[in-house]
Amino acid sequence: MRYLPLTPTDRSTMLATIGADSVDALFADVPAEAQLDGPIHGLPHHASEMAVEKHMRRLAQRNLAAGDAAFFLGAGAYRHHVPATVDHIIQRGEFLTAYTPYQPEIAQGTLQMLFEFQTQVARLYGCAVANASMYDGSTACWEAVAMAARVTRRNRVVLSGALHPHYAEVVRTMAKFTADTIADAPPAFQARPDDDGLIARIDKETSCVVVQYPDILGRLPDLERIAEAAHAEGALLVVVNTEPVALGALKSPGECGADIVVGEGQSIGVGLQFGGPYLGLFAVRDPKHVRQMPGRLCGETQDAEGKRGFVLTLSTREQHIRREKATSNICTNSGLCALAFSVHMTLLGEKGLRQLALENHRLACLAAERLAKVPGVAVLNESFFNEFTVTLGRDARDVVRRLADRGVLAGVSLGRLYPQASALAEGLLVAVTETTTEEDIDTLCAALTEILA
Amino acid sequence: MNAPNASGWKPGTPVTVDHAMDGPPTVTGNRALMLEEPLIFEIGNSETTGVDFSSPPPEGEGLPNRLGGFERSEPINLPGLSEPETVRHYTRLSRQNYAIDLGLFPLGSCTMKHNPRLNEKVARLPGFADCHPLAPIQTVQGALGVIHELSEWLKALTGMPAVAMSPKAGAHGELCGILAIRAALEARGDVRKVVLCPESAHGTNPATAAFAGYEVEDIPANADGRVDFEALEARLGPDIAAVMITNPNTCGLFERDFKRIADAVHAAGGLVYCDGANFNAIVGRVRPGDLGVDAMHINLHKTFSTPHGGGGPGSGPVVFSEALAPFAPLPFVEKLDDGSFHLVEEETAQEHHASTFGRMTAFHGQMGMFTRALAYILSHGADGLKQVAEDAVLNANYILRSLEDVLAAPFAHSGHCMHEALFGDEGFGGGLSTLDLAKGLIDEGFHPMTMYFPLVVHGAMLVEPTETESKASLDQFIAALRSVAERAKAGDETLKSAPHYAPRRRLDETQAARKPVLAWQDPPATSSAPAGTPSRSERGGR
Amino acid sequence: MARYFTDEHEWIDVEGDTATVGITDYAQEQLGDIVFVELPDVGAQLAKGKDAAVVESVKAASDVYAPISGEVIEANDALDDDPALVNSNPEEEGWFFKLTIADKAELDGLMDAKAYKSFCDEL
Repeated sequence: MRYLPLTPTDRSTMLATIGADSVDALFADVPAEAQLDGPIHGLPHHASEMAVEKHMRRLAQRNLAAGDAAFFLGAGAYRHHVPATVDHIIQRGEFLTAYTPYQPEIAQGTLQMLFEFQTQVARLYGCAVANASMYDGSTACWEAVAMAARVTRRNRVVLSGALHPHYAEVVRTMAKFTADTIADAPPAFQARPDDDGLIARIDKETSCVVVQYPDILGRLPDLERIAEAAHAEGALLVVVNTEPVALGALKSPGECGADIVVGEGQSIGVGLQFGGPYLGLFAVRDPKHVRQMPGRLCGETQDAEGKRGFVLTLSTREQHIRREKATSNICTNSGLCALAFSVHMTLLGEKGLRQLALENHRLACLAAERLAKVPGVAVLNESFFNEFTVTLGRDARDVVRRLADRGVLAGVSLGRLYPQASALAEGLLVAVTETTTEEDIDTLCAALTEILA
Repeated sequence: MNAPNASGWKPGTPVTVDHAMDGPPTVTGNRALMLEEPLIFEIGNSETTGVDFSSPPPEGEGLPNRLGGFERSEPINLPGLSEPETVRHYTRLSRQNYAIDLGLFPLGSCTMKHNPRLNEKVARLPGFADCHPLAPIQTVQGALGVIHELSEWLKALTGMPAVAMSPKAGAHGELCGILAIRAALEARGDVRKVVLCPESAHGTNPATAAFAGYEVEDIPANADGRVDFEALEARLGPDIAAVMITNPNTCGLFERDFKRIADAVHAAGGLVYCDGANFNAIVGRVRPGDLGVDAMHINLHKTFSTPHGGGGPGSGPVVFSEALAPFAPLPFVEKLDDGSFHLVEEETAQEHHASTFGRMTAFHGQMGMFTRALAYILSHGADGLKQVAEDAVLNANYILRSLEDVLAAPFAHSGHCMHEALFGDEGFGGGLSTLDLAKGLIDEGFHPMTMYFPLVVHGAMLVEPTETESKASLDQFIAALRSVAERAKAGDETLKSAPHYAPRRRLDETQAARKPVLAWQDPPATSSAPAGTPSRSERGGR
Repeated sequence: MARYFTDEHEWIDVEGDTATVGITDYAQEQLGDIVFVELPDVGAQLAKGKDAAVVESVKAASDVYAPISGEVIEANDALDDDPALVNSNPEEEGWFFKLTIADKAELDGLMDAKAYKSFCDEL
């Protein structure tokens, strides 16, 4: 029991100090019928480090790692190269094993990092203020909807049909309990996003319009037009971004008029990790909305000697003070993932992020071009960044499974995301990043050619 | 009192002169290893990058462009640093943090226990770390296997039949539990309006209930620091949807009447939510399922040693009773008869999980935390986990009894505590408060305990040492807290200005909240602004 | 002009049909450094005893209840920029909002300065 420092002698000395006969006496408040008579039956007992590692390694080997395949999955989680420096920094014990910085005098490392992180996110999103992060993009999306209701005091939410279906499902789930009504639309399988259809659904009761950019099919909606239409009705525009690298090449949502910008930060620094932990990003364009924001905020101040320092601030919005009147029940952020994001973003800098974005787009254009030449394959998108939709002329779920058997991870089938929408069943989402090689693209094209023949 | 330092630990030479850290000023503002570090916005620039690309970056005209006319034209203004500068920046920052790796971190109800490095190693195996959440099911059998294996452990340890793994943190788990309760009540056509929480409850409990659309009412406590059963029973009725009770509670006490409470709530048609934040005190010794719990979240970062990471990410699986299991959220992992694993998502849920209340997050939960927690659980096994609870409780009681002569311990009369010892500020002199004592503890090299929580004790100090502290470490902490407590009772003025030796003195939180500066503003370029105009941040930072 | 006080530590100046509302010196002393005041919108209908404003210190948020019913006709925007006015000058410059008085009878039973002082002395 290598994690337990007490020796049997320590234990008896301490029991004597306490004045208890045995450890069992310390549990006297537990009713006898709820006390177990020993270690729970049928469960394994303690194991050596070597044995545990072996067990975990065996499980890991039953997975096909992205790095061991030609890999094209995206749909809200993207594979990017994470510099070794990032993992080194986040494993420093002073970051890894610290708590929420409630004692700022001995937590300036975390706090300054959060201040830098908030600024990086705000600038990337074209916003005034970003918070210290949320659980992930999907929960940040719901929090944005809830915040829009607080700001506008309205309860009708217009969701774009091209919002990630899992994000939409999180919003629908929560709305069932908060009396928000959802004006939903099925995803339209077209070369361009249906901005007109979306705008037509905005009315005087609308609290917010939620648009993904780039959208679930990889397309680029015209945010400025949608912002104008939303604002004309007194609604807020919530923009969701699941691929922050795209914003190295695209206009920022804030610049286009988004009021709340949320997203998934996983692409920068965090890694795939089978879906979590990820990093929810949350920012507002107008600083006057800050007090309606959910989540932690780090702010600058000074100490008793006049030195610059940082603290968690505006805490009266939060549950530990406001209890049932808090803006959210959230009690953590995604601290270590925010650190990973910030370190990676600092390594990239403006120059690196722009290069990274260009490289992603260049390779994605190349992939789209080559896939379009595969018989039976058509590229749907007019515009895209590093992910686009192709149609295969048959159920893409089956094609994905068959390609996986050949060691090719071809993308995410729309049938998996939209099991109820048979019209989309032939669609396949293909994501391409800097980790994709031309050889990978050719492997995919060749395998598809065979399977579709 | 028995000798608190039988292990023979000796403090270093006490600092006796005032301002012992004061020497001549330095040009840099540094004090040897205590290094000041500017912001990346002050040392980086848009031209520097610490990342190389293997192929020369594409530039110029003629590149493919399918961005639809939405290209960025404005600069983002993100500073970059080279790799050596980056490593140094964050390493310097890291040294301004207290951490479990540095010493005892007695935050009550937060459970700051040692984070084993084996957990970190296994979480980084490419099969887990480099695996996409929507990868074809046949390529992720190992990842689903981890989720399933951890699920089985959590069910066995809690004695509950079902578990939802997707909640991303404790508070998210609370929400999951309350939503399942609401869905279950609505499914039987029973609309109830009120959730009861003890006054001592963590703020997330009432916040969660309110977020889920419930009114929140307080349950009074008795003089022992436990739920007042009679008062609770009297309030039960057809409008009560659920009670949310933390057990062991936030005063560090086991709720002796929990089973009676659960039975009474069930008899009145309500459901029982248990906040499992303190499960670490009873893991392996008591199964919440035996106490009548319907839903309970488990903070993997508390009971099962996943790192707190400076404030997250957490992970909050929720175990469910038979009554709530059908309403659990999507997705979840199922083991098929042939031994393979299947992920129940919207695609297949209609067939055999039609009552689900929906989805809480985009993917499957905190996989990176599942691998760590599983490695920890396997390391300890059923016997080790029982020892974990016992040592955690032993350590807390050792602290309680070693300090109750110097610090007010409001519930010490009612028996042994569980995993944390609760003290109050009674008897402090000179207008000194719990905050002053906490800051004095910083100077002694310790992170302070949880302050001013729970709300039911004036100037509350909640001390949770955890099971991963040695006796020598506890003795050193006890000696330090005893000394600071004695100073507080004597009205020692120097505590008011503590900490004296931390990287920063007390920070002005009033200024931070009155004029929030939440992002760095670059100073205006010298060509376009009068020389010497300070930026907003500089004004705050002088 | 008459000034009334409530046992929730608010003061009310009545002038004709309008009233100005703020919190008392005793209240600001108890709250400590005020960092933010959330004021009602102009036009809002307040009901006696219901939430009207929120006053925040660093670690606490306190609801301010409407001492009487009425429609808000002005809010003290100066508090947006300088919430510290509530600490430095709570009973004049640090006023919260003005409202039209819906029912003068609601003023009955409120305290005058002397009664309020002895009320505070007993706390």
